[in-house]
Amino acid sequence: MNLRLRISQIRKSHNGDRVLDDCSFFFEQGGVYVLTGPNGSGKSTLLRICALLERPDSGEIAYFLGQERLEDNIFLRRRVTLVLPQVGIFNTSVFNNISYGLRVRGAGRSEIEQKTAEMLAFSGLTQKRGQNAPSLSSGEKQRMGIARGLVIEPEMLFLDEPTASIDETNTRLIEEMILEKKKQGITMIITTHDRAQAERLADKLLMIRDKKLVSVPA
Amino acid sequence: MNNIAGSLSQAFSLILHLDQELLSIILLSLRVSGSALVVSIAIGLPLAAFMAFGKFPLKGIFVNILNTFMGLPPVVVGLLVYLFLSRSGPFGFLALLYTPSAMIIAQTILALPIVASLTHSAIVSVDPIIRQAAKTLGATPLQISLTVIREARYGIMSGIMAAFGRVMAEVGAILIVGGNIAGYTRVMTTTIALETDKGNFELALALGLILLAISLAINVALNVFRKKGTAEA
Repeated sequence: MNLRLRISQIRKSHNGDRVLDDCSFFFEQGGVYVLTGPNGSGKSTLLRICALLERPDSGEIAYFLGQERLEDNIFLRRRVTLVLPQVGIFNTSVFNNISYGLRVRGAGRSEIEQKTAEMLAFSGLTQKRGQNAPSLSSGEKQRMGIARGLVIEPEMLFLDEPTASIDETNTRLIEEMILEKKKQGITMIITTHDRAQAERLADKLLMIRDKKLVSVPA
Repeated sequence: MNNIAGSLSQAFSLILHLDQELLSIILLSLRVSGSALVVSIAIGLPLAAFMAFGKFPLKGIFVNILNTFMGLPPVVVGLLVYLFLSRSGPFGFLALLYTPSAMIIAQTILALPIVASLTHSAIVSVDPIIRQAAKTLGATPLQISLTVIREARYGIMSGIMAAFGRVMAEVGAILIVGGNIAGYTRVMTTTIALETDKGNFELALALGLILLAISLAINVALNVFRKKGTAEA
């Protein structure tokens, strides 16, 4: 795994208002990048652009595997994933939610069973395996969303406000999940408006200031 | 009053003894409406998906037309199907007039807009975040569409049940194109109309009670789907 991301001179406006202006950065493989800043500063927009969910008005998103630049296609999209702040729960069981990414990739039954069971255990949701996912608590939904993203073993994981509006216990559990995966070398790019959390998790701290992406000294 | 009570009692007796004539009429009703429903689903679901996911000009107008067709008057549909299938009509050579096939065609025209419109409505009501979540997890455009349709399943089932309820209770169109021929195109609703006209209330009442029971079952199923959809949303 050696996936790297370069963003160059990204500009984006929403309803005529410039949100991002001339944002450039090189995300190297491995480590946790935390993007912080107040609500409405453009963190989520930048994350969605990096995760190929939105297109910038101008500028360039380029993924590299070693020195090779990858084309924007389904194969690249399957190397990265974004966990949305509202997760986007499918109206089915927790197991089916977590295994979704494996199923769309055509994984076999035993692989689905094994990897999903591992993620259920990792996210502390083994007991909730058969429960209808929309009935989970907010914190459990967020943990399930992260497990659903991790089960496909992404090379780059984007987490948009993973602990917003959830309780302290779930926040701690999610931070533990992030730190555990950090040890395994997954590149993670996380947005949070909680500065203390940003400092707990980040290898590299970033901020959007005056619509531009800047590095913040640790 | 005695007349009504007597007719009701005989109607129950017909139902309990499962009179052969009664049974064949019920089975034909179910066959005609069931076939119309299957054809409507086969055309209506892909049509609704295309309208929901497709990008084409005048889409809003097409959706409005589809919604308008939900209220098609059955007698008008019957008349149009009659004109097309009559000997001098463009499809007269098929010799379908006064056959169960003609009744299925008429009922399909009535059921199709209901299935398609309510399915379309259910699909576009799915939270856009579902589509985004599927995309971020690596689903292809087709897999994303299927995921959204799956999320809309309870709304789609409601639409199908509503269409079945409408065609089962419909009388105008099938009377015109089926001709109400005994043992061949006579169904529950046309029999009720005919027997009431003749003053034979027992069979009419027995069929009316069965039709009510079927309507009740459809409504119970509809409510179950709606509640399931709401509870799990």
